[in-house]
Amino acid sequence: MIKVHNLVKTFGTFTAVDDVSFDVEEGEIFAFLGPNGAGKTTTIKMLTTLLKPTSGTISLDGLNPEVQQNEARKRFGIVFQDPSLDGDLTAAENMEVHGVLYHVPHKVRRQRTEELLKLFELWDRRDIQVKKFSGGMKRRLEIARGFLHTPRILFLDEPTLGLDPQSRNQLWTHVKKVNEAEKVTVFLTTHYMDEADRVAHRIGVIDHGKLVAQGTPKEIKEQTKTETLEEAFLALTGSTIRAEGADSADAMRQFAKMWGGAKR
Amino acid sequence: MSVIYILWLRELKRYTRSRAQIIASLGQPLLYLLVLGFGLGPVFQRAGNGNYLQFIAPGIIGMSVLFSSIFSGLGLLWDRQFGFLKETLVAPIPRIQIMIGRTMGGATVAIIQGLLVTTICLIAGFRPVSFFTLPLALGFMLLIALLFAALGTAIGSTLQDMQGFQLIMNFLVLPIYFLSGALFPLTGLPKALAAVTRLDPLSYGIDGMRSVLIGRSTFDPRIDLIVLVVVGAMLLVFGAYRFSKIEI
Repeated sequence: MIKVHNLVKTFGTFTAVDDVSFDVEEGEIFAFLGPNGAGKTTTIKMLTTLLKPTSGTISLDGLNPEVQQNEARKRFGIVFQDPSLDGDLTAAENMEVHGVLYHVPHKVRRQRTEELLKLFELWDRRDIQVKKFSGGMKRRLEIARGFLHTPRILFLDEPTLGLDPQSRNQLWTHVKKVNEAEKVTVFLTTHYMDEADRVAHRIGVIDHGKLVAQGTPKEIKEQTKTETLEEAFLALTGSTIRAEGADSADAMRQFAKMWGGAKR
Repeated sequence: MSVIYILWLRELKRYTRSRAQIIASLGQPLLYLLVLGFGLGPVFQRAGNGNYLQFIAPGIIGMSVLFSSIFSGLGLLWDRQFGFLKETLVAPIPRIQIMIGRTMGGATVAIIQGLLVTTICLIAGFRPVSFFTLPLALGFMLLIALLFAALGTAIGSTLQDMQGFQLIMNFLVLPIYFLSGALFPLTGLPKALAAVTRLDPLSYGIDGMRSVLIGRSTFDPRIDLIVLVVVGAMLLVFGAYRFSKIEI
């Protein structure tokens, strides 16, 4: 379903993704793990047509996302790491916009919106502007929105960040359900190793832009002779904490807070 | 079509929901109109140029359309930083539709803003030569709005973050406004200044509005129309091109 060969992305002199290759089969749940700044999000951006690779090839369901952008986009759904909701619109309106953007027929749109908002316990708040939502509620809405159209491939970039255990549980149960019932291929990243261990069929570990291990959770634990995936992860990527500068989005949020203009 | 419509509707909803912002955005034109309109009125009159309020009203309307449309285009920066842009960019729709929906939405908001300011001008004592020419003025407002919404989109697609915003404000938006003849007649100016005002597309927009509203103009209104349409079309193409190149 997803085939990646010798993928490279450089920003100036910095190599974010360095010669990465992997395959994800149809109906598989693949977890992409790595410390902060390892290249996970950059890889997802290239897979989802937001960035052009410097070199290497990507194939999504046989399509090249660089050339057949719209065809490729029809195949996948994505839940981003950072928020991508419109704070001025209500929960229902955010769903509606998404449905229209993905050409979901009116009736199906209404019906699925109701189902999903109920599932993620947001139905009662559907007419409230999203900027008044708590972080967890926004996250849940974002995930509900990702399921609105029925994609062949679902990208989840740290979907459980900031969610309480209940919602996290809800999310993974639902992901497993659509994966089994509709054969949706899932490509996810997370920092919670127990989640990856529980949900993923196969795992890829990336560090400094390079893929350092690949296999089933069991294989990876055997490879590193460790008991848990967390230990395996630390054995593969070391225990130093990665330095990360504040990016411009953080600076902007600061700016917005200061001026109270765009509250999102 | 439905994609363009929903994105257009989104811009409109965002506008109507920020009541405080609507009122705030009327403050500046009101200040210009009342303080300059009445403050400079006597001097203007003595210089033999007639009623300053009559003269400045089309300029103030043009200003509000300019600010509102260019900022709607720059709203792209917010959407980029706060994520909603990504949501539209990964959707299976041609980028040109996203650009058109946004630009039309921004232009619509700018026109509403222009009409609000027109109403304020009428209340303050502005009288057009005939009320039947108001639709013509609306046409000029539409052209100004589209032109600068497209320019805003082009800039918003190019800038990465808010740091460039002050720069754009001080070295592009304000000069466009001050050099457009919104506040002073474009006749009898020093050569250099006259030349610069001719390069400013807003000059033609305001001149066009003035000619239909108070029957007074520097250029031929047909020239105004042609310049606005041609420059507007060029900026729309340029804006769409820049928008198609966005990488996040």
